[in-house]
Amino acid sequence: MRNRRLLAALAVCLVALAIPAAGSSKSTGLPTAIGAGEGSLNLVAWEGYAEDQWVKPFTAATSCKVNRKYAGSSDEMVSLMRSGGGSQYDLVSASGDASLRLIYGKNVQAVNPALIPDFKNFIEPLKSPPHNTIKGVHYGISLQWGPNTLLYNSAKVKPAPTSWAVLYDARNKGKITVPDNPIQIADAALYLMATQKSLGITDPYELNAAQFKAAVALLKKQKPLVKKYWALASDEIDLFKNGDATLGASWPYQTNTLKAAKVPVVDLIPVEGATGWADTWMLSAKSKHPNCAYKWMAWVSTPKVQAQQAVFFGETPANTLACKEMEKIAKGSCAQYHADAPVSYFNQIKFWKTPVADCGNGKQDCKDYSAWQQAWTEVKG
Amino acid sequence: MLAPPVVWLGVLYLAALVLLFVAAFWKVDSFTGDLQHVWNVDNFTHIFQSSTYRAIALRTIGIAAAVTITDALIALPFAYFMARIAGPRTRAMLFVAVMVPLWSSYLVRVYAWRLILAHDGALNWALHGIGLPSVSVSYSNWAMWIVFSYIWLPFMILPVYTAIERIPDSLLEASRDLGARGARTTRKVVLPLALPGVVAGSIFTFSLTLGDYITPKLVGGTGSQFIGNVVYDSVGVANNIPFAAAYATVPLVVMAAYLLLARRSGAFEAL
Repeated sequence: MRNRRLLAALAVCLVALAIPAAGSSKSTGLPTAIGAGEGSLNLVAWEGYAEDQWVKPFTAATSCKVNRKYAGSSDEMVSLMRSGGGSQYDLVSASGDASLRLIYGKNVQAVNPALIPDFKNFIEPLKSPPHNTIKGVHYGISLQWGPNTLLYNSAKVKPAPTSWAVLYDARNKGKITVPDNPIQIADAALYLMATQKSLGITDPYELNAAQFKAAVALLKKQKPLVKKYWALASDEIDLFKNGDATLGASWPYQTNTLKAAKVPVVDLIPVEGATGWADTWMLSAKSKHPNCAYKWMAWVSTPKVQAQQAVFFGETPANTLACKEMEKIAKGSCAQYHADAPVSYFNQIKFWKTPVADCGNGKQDCKDYSAWQQAWTEVKG
Repeated sequence: MLAPPVVWLGVLYLAALVLLFVAAFWKVDSFTGDLQHVWNVDNFTHIFQSSTYRAIALRTIGIAAAVTITDALIALPFAYFMARIAGPRTRAMLFVAVMVPLWSSYLVRVYAWRLILAHDGALNWALHGIGLPSVSVSYSNWAMWIVFSYIWLPFMILPVYTAIERIPDSLLEASRDLGARGARTTRKVVLPLALPGVVAGSIFTFSLTLGDYITPKLVGGTGSQFIGNVVYDSVGVANNIPFAAAYATVPLVVMAAYLLLARRSGAFEAL
């Protein structure tokens, strides 16, 4: 809240400064109004984030023609936004493990949430989350989120697990699958946070040398138990379908797909809590179509589009008004994706953010993302 | 007449390799991800000192060698049958059988193998059907070895077939006239003359396996990373192009040594 008030004050100052120029004043700061569309918009998005059912009405309403480029991973998104001098794409639907890299790499620019009418209806923790807001400056508009759940085959895994401990238990050797992603180190850290209090981990993304070593050691111990590190959601779906894995770290998307295929799976957020992802539309620092970009960010924040996307992809909208729209599309989907859940549910989840050396305690002793990536290569061997 | 191909090779191919090699001596600012043109050999020392990267390089080379040997062992009798025993109709059918898989996408074939080798897949279903216990080869180095051997087999069969077909009948007749039986003729006449074909084929199977990163990702298990995967992750995940360039020189050196050896055996004439 505080940040917003500050920002509003800042916006007022800017308006005063920019009166002669009117409209956007890019060189001095944030735009204060959305100008006429430039006729075209280039997106880097997750597959399922720019579907025709909400892109076509957008183009009809704004005459911004949308060109889509789907990325397969957070890292591909970062690469795409950096390629060709950074002016090829206007917006990227970055997850928390990519967003800080884009901000510190100066690949994205600050945006003015006052230009997004639905921003006020967002769930409170997603208005200024640490993965897209730095010192009160917003570098994007939150979109959707979801937890990284524990998934298991309920016909084969008994008793039903309640803790992440099952993924580190030698009795489950050869039945486990976890994501092939350096950010997975945070899952180990989250587990250690609950089970080895002496390490003093307070944030699974801010690990000093000793904490980092313990998390990596836990993952190395886990490796012989793992059947496969999955790279694509479809990998994990295959593993569960074909009986190669019965336990794994997952997303709600896999659970829904597997349930639709009549595989007896259950997912849950274990007692230790869970990590999660939250995606943000971020505006390229060298965007050629900023007005169309703002129009798009406003469009995808409306309850109807938020609901369409949430149901299509299987995730939770940031806009709290989307619940009713979700019920219209698919009965029960609001509760299924916890779109009506209180902030306390949200607070169980430690959202992905890019690990950086500066842990915020004034010291620069945390392991940064390149250390995470190298350690992950060593874990996989 | 030689000038255009030389220019093409020089500019497009060698220049790219030189750039790759030069980039290996730069570094990346870990905070902003910017490339820093500071000369250093940190990337190479890291590769040589880390047991992980050594193990990955050895695994890649080892599996490439195993795949090459497997393909050679399968291709020799197969090509011999095709070239010297089968009639024209059977030969045409065998040719089609060898070539048809090449018309379908590489990915389709790898995914097909994933289904065959899966825990509840076709292989275990068949084993159960004949009363044998199921095997657990899915998502392992064994699976990679099987899939690579299958995918690159045509590239071994064709040059070996060419080499065996070229052996004049008179040599085999002479061998028989001099009293050598089938096994001895094969060992003393056919194999030495087919060897350049095997070496030519091995250049394909070895280099294609050495540079692959998709099959390890799709059918490999834990501890199945190839050099290509590390390069891919260094570029895509870590945005560390200098490190990727440094590691990419490893297969380059291995392949250069291999080609020099192959040239000595006269394999290039058999291509």
